[in-house]
Amino acid sequence: MTIRGKACIAGAYEHPTRKAPDKTVAQLHAECAQGALADAGLSLHDVDGYFCAGDAPGLGALSMADYIGLQCRHVDSTDTGGSSYLLHVSHAAQAIAAGKCNVALITLAGRPRSESSSGTQPRNWGQNVPDEPFELPYGVVTVNNYALVAARHMHDWGTTAEQLAWIKVAASHHAQHNPHAMLRDVVTVADVLASPMISDPLHRMDCCVVSDGGGALIVTRPEIAKSLKRPIVSVRGAGEALKGPRGGRVDLSYSAAAWSGKTAFEEAGLTPADIQYASIYDSFTITVLMQLEDLGFCAKGAGGRFVADGNLISGVGKLPFNTDGGGLCNNHPSNRGGMTKVIEAVRQLRGEAHPAVQVKNCSIALAQGMGGQLGSRHGSATLILERD
Amino acid sequence: MTTPYQERVFSEPAIYPDNEVLWQSASKGTLMLKRCQSCNEFHWYPRPVCPLCGSSDTVWFQASGKGTIYSVTVTRRAGPVAFALAYVTLEEGVTMMSNIVECDLDTLRIGDKVEVVFKNSPAGQAVPMFRPAQPHT
Repeated sequence: MTIRGKACIAGAYEHPTRKAPDKTVAQLHAECAQGALADAGLSLHDVDGYFCAGDAPGLGALSMADYIGLQCRHVDSTDTGGSSYLLHVSHAAQAIAAGKCNVALITLAGRPRSESSSGTQPRNWGQNVPDEPFELPYGVVTVNNYALVAARHMHDWGTTAEQLAWIKVAASHHAQHNPHAMLRDVVTVADVLASPMISDPLHRMDCCVVSDGGGALIVTRPEIAKSLKRPIVSVRGAGEALKGPRGGRVDLSYSAAAWSGKTAFEEAGLTPADIQYASIYDSFTITVLMQLEDLGFCAKGAGGRFVADGNLISGVGKLPFNTDGGGLCNNHPSNRGGMTKVIEAVRQLRGEAHPAVQVKNCSIALAQGMGGQLGSRHGSATLILERD
Repeated sequence: MTTPYQERVFSEPAIYPDNEVLWQSASKGTLMLKRCQSCNEFHWYPRPVCPLCGSSDTVWFQASGKGTIYSVTVTRRAGPVAFALAYVTLEEGVTMMSNIVECDLDTLRIGDKVEVVFKNSPAGQAVPMFRPAQPHT
């Protein structure tokens, strides 16, 4: 069975806030839910499936479904970190194809900025986590875990800090057009290299922002999507995969995107050459580079040359990416960037991106998410979306 | 640029029934691994059930403590002192996360030979870390 053509993204909403000290996380979830429903032209009573991840307060979906006011016959609180929401789109499409729900709501929200969260703090995954005794004493946090991947990539392939910096430069070119973006100044390679070194070889500008906010999506069956007033965006292919250190067989040369991407492209019947726009998870510049290679946009090891000289800038390069400014410049709500990756891909397919960054006649787009820790355990999800 | 190693206060490792042999051995100055008697493979971190073949026939094995840096990053802005986070591939073939200590951190390179040393946590638990291999060893 395939989900190809079985479901559409009918509603998408990105919360405009980037700092919300006076709002609760639950309130942000509810505001995002209402935003996506209004975008689709649906109401709360139409929703019969609910999807959320670990950013949702409470046990699984229980508190948020009740707070938002949902009566669901299908629920899924799978958590793969920041990639969860791409995976939720796939799971929602599966549920719709199986007749388990008709209108699925996916929400994400969080306030890490107001709560002073940072990628230089240890993450707390709770009790009884078997790997933590062998990692936390060594001071592993988010940024140095990803830095281990970058350092190895440079060693293996001669990738340079200048090449990584081009990813941030491209994101900043896009963010200047986004009035909601946290960082709207266009930066240069020299600016990135001059920013403080956080964990070699990653500078501060190689890292995404910490922002409050959230987003939501409505996934529904094609018959319902066609009855609404919004452009039709279909789910054409999807893939998900987990990768870890595999009992000490650490191999930082590739990520789980190599597997999730292959699955998604096979289901879609497409290749990377067909993709006109790509949302690529950008917690750090190295995250983008690894996923571009693993998805097959360039050969393994060629990522540095691929991203250089503006190749990711809309209207300039071959592969326009993250035209909202991405996590590097726009926002990274709840430290989970997957939701906004889908939302910008939907904007591109609808022709509703900012005119300065809109890809002409965009009909096939990819959204790629990477959750957890790229240098150890991570979850990848790939979505290929199509405008009907 | 030089970044001399400085002692760092680090978090306590959680000691569970399936890893306490390792921590007891660490306090005696030895690094222990698990090896599966069914598939004959080493794995890291140690588990009662082999993650490679699923067998419960896993036994403790004393590692040589020698290894090679697989990747390393000097973290400069995540705490009071700079420190080197690394993956070290042991002679036995498994790769473990650790810190590289007792050296100028800026001189560390992928491929460098290292050897195990033990550093105490605030509560006095010895934790395996690595330093550049000494010429006499």
